Amino acid sequence: MTMRIFVSRDAGAVAVGADNVAVALEQATAQRGASVEIVRTGSRGLYWLEPMVELATPQGRIAFGPVSAADVPSLLDAMAGNGPHRLRLGITDEIPWLKRQTRLTFARCGVVDPRSVEDYRAHGGYRGLERALSLTADAILADVTTSGLRGRGGAGFPTGIKWKTVAQAGADRKYIVCNADEGDSGTFADRMIMEGDPFVVIEGMTIAGITVGATKGYIYIRSEYPHAVEAMNAAISAARRAGLLGNRIGGSAHSFDLEVRVGAGAYVCGEETSLLESLEGRRGIVRAKPPLPAHKGLFGRPTVINNVLSFAAIPFILDNGAKAYADFGMGRSRGTMPIQLAGNIKHGGLFETAFGVTLGDLVDDIGGGTSSGRPVRAVQVGGPLGAYFPRALFDTPFDYEAFAARDGLIGHGGIVVFDDSVDMAKQARFAMEFCAVESCGKCTPCRIGSTRGVETINKIINGERVSENLAVVEDLCNTMKFGSLCALGGFTPYPVMSALKHFREDFGPAPARLQAAE
Amino acid sequence: MTSGYEPWDEARGAEIIAEHSTREGATLVVLHALQEAFGYVPEPAIPMVASALNLSRAEVHGVFTFYHDFRKQPAGRHVLKLCRAEACQAAGGDALAARAEAKLGISLGNTTADDRVTLEPIYCLGLCATAPSAMLDGRVVGRLDEARIDALVAEAQR
Repeated sequence: MTMRIFVSRDAGAVAVGADNVAVALEQATAQRGASVEIVRTGSRGLYWLEPMVELATPQGRIAFGPVSAADVPSLLDAMAGNGPHRLRLGITDEIPWLKRQTRLTFARCGVVDPRSVEDYRAHGGYRGLERALSLTADAILADVTTSGLRGRGGAGFPTGIKWKTVAQAGADRKYIVCNADEGDSGTFADRMIMEGDPFVVIEGMTIAGITVGATKGYIYIRSEYPHAVEAMNAAISAARRAGLLGNRIGGSAHSFDLEVRVGAGAYVCGEETSLLESLEGRRGIVRAKPPLPAHKGLFGRPTVINNVLSFAAIPFILDNGAKAYADFGMGRSRGTMPIQLAGNIKHGGLFETAFGVTLGDLVDDIGGGTSSGRPVRAVQVGGPLGAYFPRALFDTPFDYEAFAARDGLIGHGGIVVFDDSVDMAKQARFAMEFCAVESCGKCTPCRIGSTRGVETINKIINGERVSENLAVVEDLCNTMKFGSLCALGGFTPYPVMSALKHFREDFGPAPARLQAAE
Repeated sequence: MTSGYEPWDEARGAEIIAEHSTREGATLVVLHALQEAFGYVPEPAIPMVASALNLSRAEVHGVFTFYHDFRKQPAGRHVLKLCRAEACQAAGGDALAARAEAKLGISLGNTTADDRVTLEPIYCLGLCATAPSAMLDGRVVGRLDEARIDALVAEAQR
């Protein structure tokens, strides 16, 4: 009997040796004359257990990890004899960290072969498109709207409304654009899904295309993600060969095709209008809105521009109905969010769950605290533009509005954990430095404000007229927040002000009279 | 790896530009293709791109200089990129970056005098759950510690 063994090809797994493990497995099984099929999948998202190796059994897949090439001989012995092994984790789906999740968008990630349309279909893929092809555009729009799906890139704008605007716009051409410029540190869900289940992104974009009447789509992937670029290109070719992209998709009257475009290392291109400029071949300078991209987007045409995870949520919604998705979540945050646990964390990885779980549960319980073993001091939620939260705010539920109410944002769902060795003044300065380097330069508050911010925080760190300079930083932050064109300048104040508010002790000694007043 | 790049050649440059110039909004695509072939975007290519895309030299120069990826001169034989973003900072990336700088005798953003190694910061490889991370000539490496960063630096110096 042929053994089927699964090893991740996800960049996060490869970075810790998954390729070496796969090669060792091939060599060892060839030596033993064993009949083995090695399938390279995406990652299950339990990164502290990567490289993870799974074996197909009648009871389900059994996982081992973290495996190194040196473990391979003993691993194969254990697999052949169904014996014990120190790295054996049991049935993969029964691992508590995975079992606690609600995987709607990431249901197939780590399970299927990301190069195979057949495997995607065998696991429920393309059922959403099939149903969409049997519906009118209005019926699809109704489903997307009632699912409550909001833009997963960070802004949280209702996806159904965006699509409807483009559907109603009259134009000779329309575009679908997928924002895969996932630049926020602490986020990797877009990368994971593109590498592990690329067809779900293609299917979601295709459904968007037939809904609004667009025949061409672009996926703009950052250049820092070469594995994702390769995976998406391979999947697009496979979908074309299967008649699922190109003319008359799936035998219908609709045509839709996709092209991958690669960014060139500009963080600001994750902002949608800057991304459109970049796609058009120009400097990634932010556009003033209005006009909205839904009216005048790529090449001046009506354009649906959504994040990878927004498109990836669509096939489930079309396949299972809007209600099945909207039943999860809290308040106005419906469905699930693929949350990414990163930084100094014991159990880092992808945790997809319904909105509403608290920050404390995510960090302490699910994440297991820090990997350094020291106490958690701060967590940054939502990337470089997200606020730093202290332990006192760990009761905040993961929900767009709840985070906004506490001067934070959930952004793209990344959580970066810091232990007590962190210097929050340095982190605040870094936020300003990053903004200064990455600013597109169009608006003054962002371009100049960030540079002045770095200088002023440096003065504070050096103990120069601390209280006066703190007032300057606060003033700068207000100007940036309310005067910037886009979220880069507009949200950089979040990490800066939250660091100041919750970790004031890191910004030099307060003047004596203020201390007395406190 | 730099050794795989072709030396700049005008006819070859023109061929690459022609191959991609008919695509919608082709500027970045063409610049990427040139850099992939030559390891950088040679200055004489800029007016050629401008002419092929019916743009001004200033426009193409503007695009070329806006993006961090495009090089105006070749990099060292090996390029070591260290992630300097928050998740890697939280996992001890600052000390490892300082260590790599000390070992190579250069600061981030520079190339060693013998042209062997270019050391660059990168802002997020999306390997934030296996931080700190790096990329050596396109190969990703995670869970860096002192021993691993030393091995990477040594490999780059070979």
